[in-house]
Amino acid sequence: MEWKSNAEVVIVGGGIIGVSTAYYLAKHGVKDIVLIEKGTICGGSTGRCGAGIRAQWGTEMNCRLGIAALDIFEQLDQELGMSVGLNQGGYLLVAYNEKELETLRNGMLLQNSLGIESRMMTLSEAREICPGLAAEDAVGFFFHARDGHADPFLTTFAYLEAAKRLGVKCYRNTECTGVIVRDNTVQGIETSNGTISAPIVINCAGAYAQIVARMAGIELPNWAERHEIMITEPVAPGVCPCMLMSFSGNYYIQQRPHGSIICGMSPQGHPEDFENKTTWQFIEAMSKTLVRLLPRTKGIRIARQWSGLYDMTPDAQPVIGETDVKNFYHSTGYSGHGFMLAPVAGKILAQHITGQKPDIDFSMLDYRRFSRGEHIRESNVV
Amino acid sequence: MSTSPENNEKVYVCRCEEVTLEEIDEWIDRGYDTVEELKRVLRVGMGPCQGRGCQDILMREIAKKTGKPISEVAPATVRPPVKPIKIGLLAEGGDE
Repeated sequence: MEWKSNAEVVIVGGGIIGVSTAYYLAKHGVKDIVLIEKGTICGGSTGRCGAGIRAQWGTEMNCRLGIAALDIFEQLDQELGMSVGLNQGGYLLVAYNEKELETLRNGMLLQNSLGIESRMMTLSEAREICPGLAAEDAVGFFFHARDGHADPFLTTFAYLEAAKRLGVKCYRNTECTGVIVRDNTVQGIETSNGTISAPIVINCAGAYAQIVARMAGIELPNWAERHEIMITEPVAPGVCPCMLMSFSGNYYIQQRPHGSIICGMSPQGHPEDFENKTTWQFIEAMSKTLVRLLPRTKGIRIARQWSGLYDMTPDAQPVIGETDVKNFYHSTGYSGHGFMLAPVAGKILAQHITGQKPDIDFSMLDYRRFSRGEHIRESNVV
Repeated sequence: MSTSPENNEKVYVCRCEEVTLEEIDEWIDRGYDTVEELKRVLRVGMGPCQGRGCQDILMREIAKKTGKPISEVAPATVRPPVKPIKIGLLAEGGDE
Protein backbone atom coordinates (compact mmCIF):
# COMPACT_ATOMS: atom_id res chain seq x y z
CA MET A 1 0.00 0.00 0.00
CA GLU A 2 1.26 3.45 -0.88
CA TRP A 3 2.58 5.44 2.11
CA LYS A 4 0.59 8.54 3.05
CA SER A 5 2.86 11.14 4.58
CA ASN A 6 -0.02 13.57 5.24
CA ALA A 7 -3.38 13.09 6.89
CA GLU A 8 -6.11 15.05 8.59
CA VAL A 9 -6.14 12.69 11.59
CA VAL A 10 -3.69 9.97 12.64
CA ILE A 11 -4.85 7.29 15.06
CA VAL A 12 -2.28 5.22 16.94
CA GLY A 13 -3.52 1.70 17.72
CA GLY A 14 -5.39 -0.99 15.77
CA GLY A 15 -7.49 -2.32 18.61
CA ILE A 16 -11.21 -1.78 19.09
CA ILE A 17 -10.84 1.81 20.38
CA GLY A 18 -8.72 2.86 17.40
CA VAL A 19 -10.96 1.31 14.74
CA SER A 20 -14.16 2.56 16.39
CA THR A 21 -12.75 6.11 16.62
CA ALA A 22 -11.62 5.93 12.98
CA TYR A 23 -15.05 4.76 11.84
CA TYR A 24 -17.05 7.47 13.66
CA LEU A 25 -14.65 10.22 12.56
CA ALA A 26 -15.04 9.09 8.94
CA LYS A 27 -18.80 8.86 9.41
CA HIS A 28 -18.81 12.42 10.76
CA GLY A 29 -17.13 13.62 7.58
CA VAL A 30 -13.39 13.53 8.27
CA LYS A 31 -11.93 12.63 4.89
CA ASP A 32 -8.32 11.77 5.43
CA ILE A 33 -7.73 9.39 8.33
CA VAL A 34 -4.73 7.09 8.80
CA LEU A 35 -4.69 4.38 11.47
CA ILE A 36 -1.42 2.71 12.41
CA GLU A 37 -0.90 -0.50 14.35
CA LYS A 38 2.47 -1.81 15.54
CA GLY A 39 1.48 -5.46 15.06
CA THR A 40 -1.64 -6.96 13.52
CA ILE A 41 -5.20 -5.65 13.86
CA CYS A 42 -6.87 -6.96 17.01
CA GLY A 43 -3.55 -8.51 18.08
CA GLY A 44 -3.29 -6.76 21.46
CA SER A 45 -5.72 -6.47 24.35
CA THR A 46 -8.88 -6.46 22.18
CA GLY A 47 -8.11 -9.84 20.65
CA ARG A 48 -7.35 -11.23 24.11
CA CYS A 49 -10.33 -9.92 26.04
CA GLY A 50 -13.33 -11.69 27.57
CA ALA A 51 -15.59 -9.48 25.41
CA GLY A 52 -18.37 -9.08 27.95
CA ILE A 53 -20.70 -6.10 27.61
CA ARG A 54 -22.50 -4.65 30.62
CA ALA A 55 -24.26 -1.62 32.02
CA GLN A 56 -24.02 -2.76 35.67
CA TRP A 57 -21.47 -0.27 36.92
CA GLY A 58 -20.75 1.51 40.16
CA THR A 59 -20.04 5.04 38.89
CA GLU A 60 -22.48 7.28 37.04
CA MET A 61 -20.07 7.88 34.14
CA ASN A 62 -19.41 4.17 33.59
CA CYS A 63 -23.19 3.48 33.76
CA ARG A 64 -23.89 6.19 31.18
CA LEU A 65 -21.15 4.91 28.88
CA GLY A 66 -22.19 1.27 29.40
CA ILE A 67 -25.85 1.71 28.53
CA ALA A 68 -25.05 4.00 25.57
CA ALA A 69 -22.62 1.36 24.26
CA LEU A 70 -25.32 -1.32 24.63
CA ASP A 71 -27.74 0.83 22.62
CA ILE A 72 -25.16 0.98 19.81
CA PHE A 73 -24.23 -2.72 20.04
CA GLU A 74 -27.89 -3.66 19.56
CA GLN A 75 -27.87 -1.89 16.16
CA LEU A 76 -24.29 -2.60 15.16
CA ASP A 77 -24.84 -5.39 12.62
CA GLN A 78 -26.98 -3.06 10.51
CA GLU A 79 -24.69 -0.08 11.08
CA LEU A 80 -21.54 -1.88 9.96
CA GLY A 81 -23.00 -4.39 7.49
CA MET A 82 -21.43 -7.39 9.20
CA SER A 83 -22.38 -9.55 12.17
CA VAL A 84 -20.52 -8.72 15.39
CA GLY A 85 -21.83 -11.83 17.21
CA LEU A 86 -23.88 -10.00 19.86
CA ASN A 87 -25.43 -12.35 22.41
CA GLN A 88 -27.48 -10.88 25.27
CA GLY A 89 -27.66 -13.53 27.98
CA GLY A 90 -27.37 -10.95 30.75
CA TYR A 91 -24.78 -10.52 33.49
CA LEU A 92 -25.43 -12.22 36.82
CA LEU A 93 -23.36 -10.56 39.53
CA VAL A 94 -22.75 -12.61 42.67
CA ALA A 95 -22.24 -11.05 46.12
CA TYR A 96 -20.55 -13.09 48.86
CA ASN A 97 -20.70 -10.76 51.85
CA GLU A 98 -22.93 -8.02 53.28
CA LYS A 99 -20.55 -5.21 52.35
CA GLU A 100 -20.44 -6.35 48.74
CA LEU A 101 -24.22 -6.78 48.69
CA GLU A 102 -24.58 -3.18 49.87
CA THR A 103 -22.13 -1.90 47.21
CA LEU A 104 -23.92 -3.79 44.44
CA ARG A 105 -27.33 -2.69 45.73
CA ASN A 106 -26.20 0.94 45.65
CA GLY A 107 -24.91 0.31 42.14
CA MET A 108 -28.29 -1.12 41.14
CA LEU A 109 -30.13 1.94 42.51
CA LEU A 110 -27.80 4.23 40.57
CA GLN A 111 -28.27 2.09 37.42
CA ASN A 112 -32.07 2.14 37.83
CA SER A 113 -32.02 5.95 38.16
CA LEU A 114 -30.23 6.07 34.77
CA GLY A 115 -32.72 3.78 33.01
CA ILE A 116 -30.72 0.55 33.41
CA GLU A 117 -33.19 -2.16 34.43
CA SER A 118 -30.95 -4.25 36.67
CA ARG A 119 -32.57 -6.08 39.59
CA MET A 120 -31.73 -8.06 42.70
CA MET A 121 -32.34 -11.80 42.81
CA THR A 122 -32.44 -14.80 45.12
CA LEU A 123 -30.49 -18.01 44.48
CA SER A 124 -33.57 -19.78 43.11
CA GLU A 125 -34.22 -16.94 40.64
CA ALA A 126 -30.54 -16.95 39.70
CA ARG A 127 -30.80 -20.69 39.00
CA GLU A 128 -33.56 -20.06 36.49
CA ILE A 129 -31.07 -17.94 34.56
CA CYS A 130 -28.05 -20.13 35.21
CA PRO A 131 -29.27 -23.71 35.79
CA GLY A 132 -27.11 -25.82 38.06
CA LEU A 133 -25.46 -22.82 39.70
CA ALA A 134 -23.97 -23.97 43.00
CA ALA A 135 -23.48 -20.70 44.87
CA GLU A 136 -25.03 -21.55 48.25
CA ASP A 137 -22.42 -19.39 49.96
CA ALA A 138 -23.56 -16.27 48.07
CA VAL A 139 -25.70 -13.65 49.84
CA GLY A 140 -27.34 -12.08 46.79
CA PHE A 141 -27.46 -11.76 43.02
CA PHE A 142 -27.97 -8.90 40.56
CA PHE A 143 -29.04 -9.31 36.95
CA HIS A 144 -29.40 -7.12 33.88
CA ALA A 145 -30.90 -8.91 30.89
CA ARG A 146 -29.49 -6.64 28.17
CA ASP A 147 -25.88 -7.25 29.22
CA GLY A 148 -24.01 -9.91 27.28
CA HIS A 149 -21.16 -10.58 24.94
CA ALA A 150 -20.05 -9.85 21.36
CA ASP A 151 -17.27 -11.30 19.26
CA PRO A 152 -14.25 -9.02 19.80
CA PHE A 153 -12.62 -10.07 16.54
CA LEU A 154 -15.70 -9.63 14.36
CA THR A 155 -16.57 -6.32 16.04
CA THR A 156 -13.07 -4.95 15.39
CA PHE A 157 -12.95 -6.16 11.80
CA ALA A 158 -16.51 -4.93 11.15
CA TYR A 159 -15.53 -1.42 12.33
CA LEU A 160 -12.31 -1.55 10.33
CA GLU A 161 -13.95 -2.75 7.11
CA ALA A 162 -16.69 -0.11 7.43
CA ALA A 163 -14.02 2.55 8.12
CA LYS A 164 -12.04 1.45 5.05
CA ARG A 165 -15.17 1.79 2.92
CA LEU A 166 -15.34 5.41 4.13
CA GLY A 167 -11.73 5.96 3.04
CA VAL A 168 -9.73 5.26 6.20
CA LYS A 169 -6.21 3.98 5.48
CA CYS A 170 -4.72 1.38 7.80
CA TYR A 171 -1.03 0.47 8.11
CA ARG A 172 -0.19 -2.66 10.05
CA ASN A 173 3.29 -3.57 11.36
CA THR A 174 3.89 0.16 11.75
CA GLU A 175 4.99 1.34 15.18
CA CYS A 176 4.70 4.87 16.50
CA THR A 177 8.23 5.92 17.46
CA GLY A 178 7.69 9.62 18.10
CA VAL A 179 5.05 12.33 18.41
CA ILE A 180 5.97 15.59 16.67
CA VAL A 181 5.10 18.67 18.73
CA ARG A 182 5.78 22.30 17.84
CA ASP A 183 4.60 25.35 19.82
CA ASN A 184 2.81 23.00 22.18
CA THR A 185 0.69 21.73 19.26
CA VAL A 186 0.84 18.28 17.71
CA GLN A 187 2.14 18.14 14.11
CA GLY A 188 2.14 14.42 13.36
CA ILE A 189 4.00 11.25 14.25
CA GLU A 190 7.18 9.36 13.44
CA THR A 191 6.75 5.67 12.72
CA SER A 192 8.93 2.66 11.98
CA ASN A 193 7.91 3.13 8.32
CA GLY A 194 8.17 6.91 7.97
CA THR A 195 6.70 10.22 9.09
CA ILE A 196 3.02 11.19 8.88
CA SER A 197 2.17 14.89 9.22
CA ALA A 198 -1.27 15.52 10.68
CA PRO A 199 -2.93 18.38 12.60
CA ILE A 200 -4.71 15.90 14.91
CA VAL A 201 -3.26 12.77 16.58
CA ILE A 202 -5.31 10.37 18.71
CA ASN A 203 -3.59 7.98 21.08
CA CYS A 204 -5.56 4.70 21.21
CA ALA A 205 -2.57 2.55 22.09
CA GLY A 206 -4.27 0.75 24.98
CA ALA A 207 -1.79 -0.68 27.46
CA TYR A 208 1.01 1.15 25.61
CA ALA A 209 -0.73 4.53 25.60
CA GLN A 210 1.40 6.00 28.38
CA ILE A 211 4.50 5.23 26.29
CA VAL A 212 3.03 7.05 23.27
CA ALA A 213 1.87 9.92 25.53
CA ARG A 214 5.38 10.36 26.92
CA MET A 215 6.67 10.85 23.33
CA ALA A 216 4.77 14.16 23.44
CA GLY A 217 5.84 14.94 27.01
CA ILE A 218 2.49 13.96 28.51
CA GLU A 219 2.58 11.84 31.67
CA LEU A 220 -0.40 9.51 32.16
CA PRO A 221 -0.71 7.66 35.48
CA ASN A 222 -1.78 4.55 33.52
CA TRP A 223 -0.16 1.15 33.83
CA ALA A 224 -0.42 -2.24 32.12
CA GLU A 225 -1.73 -5.12 34.21
CA ARG A 226 -1.57 -8.71 33.01
CA HIS A 227 -4.75 -10.81 33.31
CA GLU A 228 -5.17 -14.47 32.43
CA ILE A 229 -8.08 -16.15 30.68
CA MET A 230 -8.98 -19.56 29.29
CA ILE A 231 -11.53 -21.20 26.99
CA THR A 232 -12.97 -24.70 26.70
CA GLU A 233 -13.76 -26.84 23.70
CA PRO A 234 -17.29 -26.11 22.36
CA VAL A 235 -20.07 -28.02 24.15
CA ALA A 236 -23.88 -28.07 23.98
CA PRO A 237 -25.53 -24.79 25.11
CA GLY A 238 -26.94 -24.20 28.59
CA VAL A 239 -23.81 -24.65 30.72
CA CYS A 240 -23.56 -20.95 31.61
CA PRO A 241 -25.95 -18.91 29.43
CA CYS A 242 -25.35 -15.61 31.27
CA MET A 243 -22.09 -13.97 32.23
CA LEU A 244 -21.54 -15.14 35.79
CA MET A 245 -19.36 -12.63 37.58
CA SER A 246 -18.20 -11.82 41.08
CA PHE A 247 -15.87 -9.07 42.21
CA SER A 248 -15.06 -10.55 45.63
CA GLY A 249 -15.23 -14.10 44.22
CA ASN A 250 -12.80 -12.94 41.52
CA TYR A 251 -14.22 -14.66 38.43
CA TYR A 252 -16.19 -14.22 35.25
CA ILE A 253 -17.57 -17.17 33.31
CA GLN A 254 -19.73 -17.33 30.20
CA GLN A 255 -20.61 -19.79 27.48
CA ARG A 256 -20.36 -18.23 24.05
CA PRO A 257 -23.02 -18.91 21.35
CA HIS A 258 -20.32 -20.95 19.63
CA GLY A 259 -20.42 -23.38 22.59
CA SER A 260 -17.08 -22.79 24.25
CA ILE A 261 -16.93 -21.45 27.82
CA ILE A 262 -14.65 -18.49 28.38
CA CYS A 263 -13.53 -17.55 31.88
CA GLY A 264 -10.99 -15.50 33.75
CA MET A 265 -9.92 -14.10 37.09
CA SER A 266 -7.54 -11.43 38.32
CA PRO A 267 -4.07 -12.72 39.05
CA GLN A 268 -2.60 -12.56 42.54
CA GLY A 269 -0.21 -9.67 42.81
CA HIS A 270 -1.47 -8.09 39.55
CA PRO A 271 1.76 -8.36 37.53
CA GLU A 272 2.54 -4.99 36.00
CA ASP A 273 4.47 -5.75 32.84
CA PHE A 274 3.93 -6.01 29.12
CA GLU A 275 4.35 -9.78 28.88
CA ASN A 276 1.42 -11.86 27.73
CA LYS A 277 2.59 -14.81 29.82
CA THR A 278 0.49 -17.69 31.09
CA THR A 279 0.79 -19.75 34.26
CA TRP A 280 -0.36 -23.24 35.27
CA GLN A 281 -1.43 -21.75 38.61
CA PHE A 282 -4.16 -19.86 36.75
CA ILE A 283 -5.75 -22.82 34.96
CA GLU A 284 -5.66 -24.83 38.18
CA ALA A 285 -7.26 -22.06 40.27
CA MET A 286 -9.80 -21.23 37.55
CA SER A 287 -10.72 -24.92 37.18
CA LYS A 288 -11.34 -25.20 40.93
CA THR A 289 -13.66 -22.17 40.74
CA LEU A 290 -15.53 -23.65 37.75
CA VAL A 291 -16.10 -27.02 39.40
CA ARG A 292 -17.24 -25.34 42.62
CA LEU A 293 -19.73 -23.00 40.87
CA LEU A 294 -20.85 -25.18 37.97
CA PRO A 295 -20.08 -28.80 38.90
CA ARG A 296 -21.15 -30.10 35.50
CA THR A 297 -18.13 -28.44 33.88
CA LYS A 298 -15.77 -31.05 35.30
CA GLY A 299 -15.91 -33.24 32.21
CA ILE A 300 -15.35 -30.35 29.76
CA ARG A 301 -11.86 -29.82 28.40
CA ILE A 302 -9.78 -26.62 28.42
CA ALA A 303 -8.66 -25.92 24.85
CA ARG A 304 -6.47 -22.89 25.39
CA GLN A 305 -5.22 -20.33 27.89
CA TRP A 306 -3.65 -16.95 27.27
CA SER A 307 -3.30 -13.55 28.84
CA GLY A 308 -3.80 -9.92 27.92
CA LEU A 309 -3.15 -6.49 29.32
CA TYR A 310 -5.60 -4.20 31.07
CA ASP A 311 -4.70 -0.54 30.52
CA MET A 312 -5.38 0.59 34.08
CA THR A 313 -6.01 4.05 35.51
CA PRO A 314 -6.10 4.94 39.22
CA ASP A 315 -9.94 5.08 39.22
CA ALA A 316 -10.59 2.29 36.65
CA GLN A 317 -12.36 4.80 34.42
CA PRO A 318 -11.05 5.80 30.99
CA VAL A 319 -9.06 8.82 29.89
CA ILE A 320 -10.82 10.55 26.98
CA GLY A 321 -10.05 13.98 25.57
CA GLU A 322 -7.41 16.49 24.58
CA THR A 323 -4.14 16.89 26.46
CA ASP A 324 -1.88 19.80 27.40
CA VAL A 325 -0.48 19.39 23.88
CA LYS A 326 -3.06 20.95 21.56
CA ASN A 327 -4.84 18.54 19.18
CA PHE A 328 -3.17 15.52 20.80
CA TYR A 329 -6.07 13.42 22.06
CA HIS A 330 -6.33 10.31 24.18
CA SER A 331 -8.86 7.52 24.28
CA THR A 332 -7.34 4.99 26.62
CA GLY A 333 -7.19 3.68 30.20
CA TYR A 334 -10.29 1.54 29.82
CA SER A 335 -9.10 -0.67 32.69
CA GLY A 336 -10.29 -3.95 31.19
CA HIS A 337 -13.54 -2.57 29.74
CA GLY A 338 -12.41 -1.03 26.46
CA PHE A 339 -14.14 -3.54 24.26
CA MET A 340 -17.60 -3.01 25.75
CA LEU A 341 -17.27 0.80 25.83
CA ALA A 342 -15.63 1.19 22.40
CA PRO A 343 -18.74 1.98 20.33
CA VAL A 344 -19.71 4.94 22.49
CA ALA A 345 -16.10 5.98 23.17
CA GLY A 346 -15.35 6.26 19.46
CA LYS A 347 -18.59 8.07 18.80
CA ILE A 348 -18.35 10.76 21.50
CA LEU A 349 -14.71 11.57 20.76
CA ALA A 350 -15.51 11.84 17.03
CA GLN A 351 -18.44 14.14 17.84
CA HIS A 352 -16.19 16.33 20.00
CA ILE A 353 -13.38 16.53 17.43
CA THR A 354 -15.78 17.40 14.59
CA GLY A 355 -17.30 20.21 16.64
CA GLN A 356 -20.58 18.55 17.58
CA LYS A 357 -22.07 18.17 21.03
CA PRO A 358 -21.15 14.67 22.26
CA ASP A 359 -24.03 12.33 23.23
CA ILE A 360 -22.39 12.14 26.67
CA ASP A 361 -20.42 14.97 28.29
CA PHE A 362 -17.10 13.27 28.96
CA SER A 363 -15.18 16.29 30.29
CA MET A 364 -14.74 14.57 33.69
CA LEU A 365 -12.66 11.87 31.94
CA ASP A 366 -9.88 14.43 31.35
CA TYR A 367 -6.55 12.90 32.47
CA ARG A 368 -5.83 15.95 34.64
CA ARG A 369 -8.45 14.68 37.13
CA PHE A 370 -5.78 12.51 38.72
CA SER A 371 -3.41 15.38 39.48
CA ARG A 372 -6.38 17.41 40.75
CA GLY A 373 -7.43 14.49 42.97
CA GLU A 374 -10.98 14.53 41.57
CA HIS A 375 -11.27 10.88 40.62
CA ILE A 376 -13.77 8.43 42.11
CA ARG A 377 -12.82 4.75 42.06
CA GLU A 378 -15.04 2.28 40.16
CA SER A 379 -15.85 -0.65 42.47
CA ASN A 380 -17.29 -3.12 39.95
CA VAL A 381 -14.10 -4.55 38.44
CA VAL A 382 -12.65 -8.08 38.18
CA MET B 1 0.18 -30.97 -3.49
CA SER B 2 -2.05 -28.12 -4.58
CA THR B 3 -4.66 -26.82 -2.16
CA SER B 4 -6.74 -25.37 -5.01
CA PRO B 5 -10.11 -27.02 -5.47
CA GLU B 6 -10.34 -28.88 -8.76
CA ASN B 7 -14.12 -28.71 -8.74
CA ASN B 8 -16.90 -26.83 -7.00
CA GLU B 9 -16.90 -28.93 -3.86
CA LYS B 10 -16.15 -27.15 -0.60
CA VAL B 11 -12.62 -27.74 0.68
CA TYR B 12 -12.44 -27.67 4.47
CA VAL B 13 -9.08 -26.45 5.69
CA CYS B 14 -9.98 -26.32 9.39
CA ARG B 15 -12.16 -29.27 10.30
CA CYS B 16 -12.70 -28.29 13.94
CA GLU B 17 -14.19 -24.90 13.08
CA GLU B 18 -15.40 -25.84 9.57
CA VAL B 19 -13.50 -23.14 7.71
CA THR B 20 -13.29 -23.51 3.94
CA LEU B 21 -10.50 -22.64 1.52
CA GLU B 22 -12.90 -20.28 -0.23
CA GLU B 23 -13.45 -18.24 2.95
CA ILE B 24 -9.71 -18.11 3.62
CA ASP B 25 -8.95 -16.89 0.10
CA GLU B 26 -11.71 -14.29 0.35
CA TRP B 27 -10.22 -12.78 3.55
CA ILE B 28 -6.63 -12.94 2.27
CA ASP B 29 -7.87 -10.91 -0.72
CA ARG B 30 -9.22 -8.31 1.73
CA GLY B 31 -5.73 -7.93 3.17
CA TYR B 32 -5.99 -10.29 6.13
CA ASP B 33 -2.84 -12.15 5.16
CA THR B 34 -1.41 -13.28 8.49
CA VAL B 35 -2.19 -16.45 10.44
CA GLU B 36 -3.07 -14.33 13.51
CA GLU B 37 -5.62 -12.22 11.64
CA LEU B 38 -7.20 -15.12 9.72
CA LYS B 39 -7.49 -17.01 12.99
CA ARG B 40 -9.31 -14.06 14.55
CA VAL B 41 -11.69 -13.39 11.69
CA LEU B 42 -12.52 -17.00 10.73
CA ARG B 43 -11.63 -19.02 13.87
CA VAL B 44 -9.35 -21.17 11.69
CA GLY B 45 -7.08 -23.18 14.02
CA MET B 46 -9.03 -22.26 17.17
CA GLY B 47 -10.77 -25.60 17.67
CA PRO B 48 -9.86 -28.49 19.95
CA CYS B 49 -6.92 -29.54 17.72
CA GLN B 50 -5.41 -26.04 18.05
CA GLY B 51 -4.39 -25.84 14.39
CA ARG B 52 -2.45 -29.08 14.29
CA GLY B 53 -4.49 -30.16 11.29
CA CYS B 54 -4.74 -26.88 9.39
CA GLN B 55 -1.99 -24.41 10.22
CA ASP B 56 0.49 -25.76 7.64
CA ILE B 57 -2.17 -25.61 4.92
CA LEU B 58 -3.12 -22.08 6.00
CA MET B 59 0.51 -20.90 5.94
CA ARG B 60 1.01 -22.47 2.50
CA GLU B 61 -2.11 -20.71 1.19
CA ILE B 62 -0.90 -17.32 2.54
CA ALA B 63 2.52 -17.89 0.94
CA LYS B 64 0.92 -18.85 -2.37
CA LYS B 65 -1.46 -15.90 -2.49
CA THR B 66 0.96 -13.22 -1.28
CA GLY B 67 4.00 -14.53 -3.15
CA LYS B 68 6.03 -14.58 0.11
CA PRO B 69 8.31 -17.53 0.85
CA ILE B 70 6.69 -19.75 3.49
CA SER B 71 9.64 -19.04 5.80
CA GLU B 72 8.34 -15.45 6.06
CA VAL B 73 4.81 -16.49 7.05
CA ALA B 74 4.65 -16.46 10.86
CA PRO B 75 2.70 -19.26 12.58
CA ALA B 76 0.25 -18.48 15.40
CA THR B 77 1.55 -18.42 18.96
CA VAL B 78 1.29 -21.77 20.73
CA ARG B 79 -1.12 -21.55 23.62
CA PRO B 80 -1.14 -24.01 26.52
CA PRO B 81 -2.26 -26.59 27.46
CA VAL B 82 -1.61 -27.67 23.79
CA LYS B 83 -3.82 -30.75 24.17
CA PRO B 84 -7.25 -30.22 25.78
CA ILE B 85 -7.41 -31.24 29.46
CA LYS B 86 -10.54 -31.91 31.53
CA ILE B 87 -11.45 -29.20 34.02
CA GLY B 88 -12.15 -31.86 36.67
CA LEU B 89 -8.61 -33.17 36.36
CA LEU B 90 -7.10 -29.70 36.65
CA ALA B 91 -9.32 -28.87 39.62
CA GLU B 92 -7.92 -31.86 41.54
CA GLY B 93 -4.45 -30.32 41.52
CA GLY B 94 -3.18 -29.67 45.02
CA ASP B 95 -0.61 -27.36 46.52
CA GLU B 96 2.96 -28.60 46.75
